[in-house]
Amino acid sequence: MNGPHDVGGMMGFGPVRPEKQEPVFHHEWEKRALGISLCAAWLGKWNIDESRHAYERIHPAEYLKASYYEIWIRGLDILLLQNGVLSEDDLFGEQTMSPPSSSAIVEDVLRRDDVYMMLASGPSEVPAVMPPIFAVGDTVITKNMNPTGHTRLPRYARDKIGTIEKVQGSYIFADDRASGRGLTPQWVYTVVFTAQEVWGGDADPSVTLSIDAFESYLLFASVSRPICGRSYQ
Amino acid sequence: MAGSHEKHLHEIDHDHHDNRYSDMQARVRALETILTSKGLVDPEAIAEIIDTYEKRIGPRNGAAVVARAWMDPNYAAWLQEDATAAIASLGFGELHGSRMRAVFNTPDLHNIVVCTLCSCYPWSVLGLPPVWYKSPAYRSRAVIDPRGVLEDFGLVLPAVTAIRVWDSTAELRYLVIPRRPSGSDGFSERELANLVSRDSMIGTGIVSIDRSDQ
Repeated sequence: MNGPHDVGGMMGFGPVRPEKQEPVFHHEWEKRALGISLCAAWLGKWNIDESRHAYERIHPAEYLKASYYEIWIRGLDILLLQNGVLSEDDLFGEQTMSPPSSSAIVEDVLRRDDVYMMLASGPSEVPAVMPPIFAVGDTVITKNMNPTGHTRLPRYARDKIGTIEKVQGSYIFADDRASGRGLTPQWVYTVVFTAQEVWGGDADPSVTLSIDAFESYLLFASVSRPICGRSYQ
Repeated sequence: MAGSHEKHLHEIDHDHHDNRYSDMQARVRALETILTSKGLVDPEAIAEIIDTYEKRIGPRNGAAVVARAWMDPNYAAWLQEDATAAIASLGFGELHGSRMRAVFNTPDLHNIVVCTLCSCYPWSVLGLPPVWYKSPAYRSRAVIDPRGVLEDFGLVLPAVTAIRVWDSTAELRYLVIPRRPSGSDGFSERELANLVSRDSMIGTGIVSIDRSDQ
């Protein structure tokens, strides 16, 4: 979705402000937010792509001013409610220490001894059925698409001509997994663009940028278009 | 907060002044309390997660990888070919469903990593990301004005140095291998690791002998 998370190329946020000797956490609640977020994810009611999509659906005005741990907590509230783990009253009602809900069937509660295994759980790399369509060196164009669901193709990188730099393996297609359409694997490619292709002729000619693109984001481009031109095809 | 719980969650999307999140400490405490009371979350697991990222997993892991790569050309070659395995060989597991890839700075090329869509970051070698890495300021500008971002970090690269921006949009996580600083001949692997800043492994810094970059 064209949500508030997709900020690549936006302007007006001001300079980046690195903090000297930054602590791992700035507030006690941030530690708890990390802990309950990872523990709740282990319940098995949602996957990481559904989490990301929950964050993306936070209202843009709220998202852009929230700290990242606040985004996680707002997203966690959405996920707990939508997956029937907690009710609206559980989440925002007066705390009454209600007994465990019988409607929420808990698959796994993360225990101390499982933390290392949880943190080390392997990649979502799964074998693809078909060989990769694209090869290193191929010229490709990213699709012009504006899905209402989750996607990992940023707005700035749509309808842009680039080059396949590396075939990175096949992974569960995030766009599908975020919306419960199953665990379909796709090949992932590192696609390199010139900054001028992405941002126009005034861009710094010494800059290139890359994304990691799922195969279905890409089409063959028969010829490179001239920089700044719209004359391809 | 009185009365705010009568609002339905989907309505929050249309309310720019949602006060349920005005006090995050209270919100998180309430959430943790209800999750714990229902047996869905184990406080001991939370403590273990916090302890892991406060004390055990952080940029020192990545610095050890960089120092080994500087000391051992065979290791550097392995890192370039299969970073996931080369990093795991030092005891740092592949975490959070990610594949690692190491990208090497050269005299002609500087690499910088960003996640414009969220906050993807190589937790296993760098720990939790700093606040600035997750900020809209960094995520928005790293792809369109990387030189300007580097200047925010006090790093001015020659105009002839090519810059490559890596937007981690899928399951790959990137570790920048900075250039070994001049004057570090004869340093032990441990001494080299002590030079390597977190920012140099994201690409917003370089490594120097006096560590003035961080």
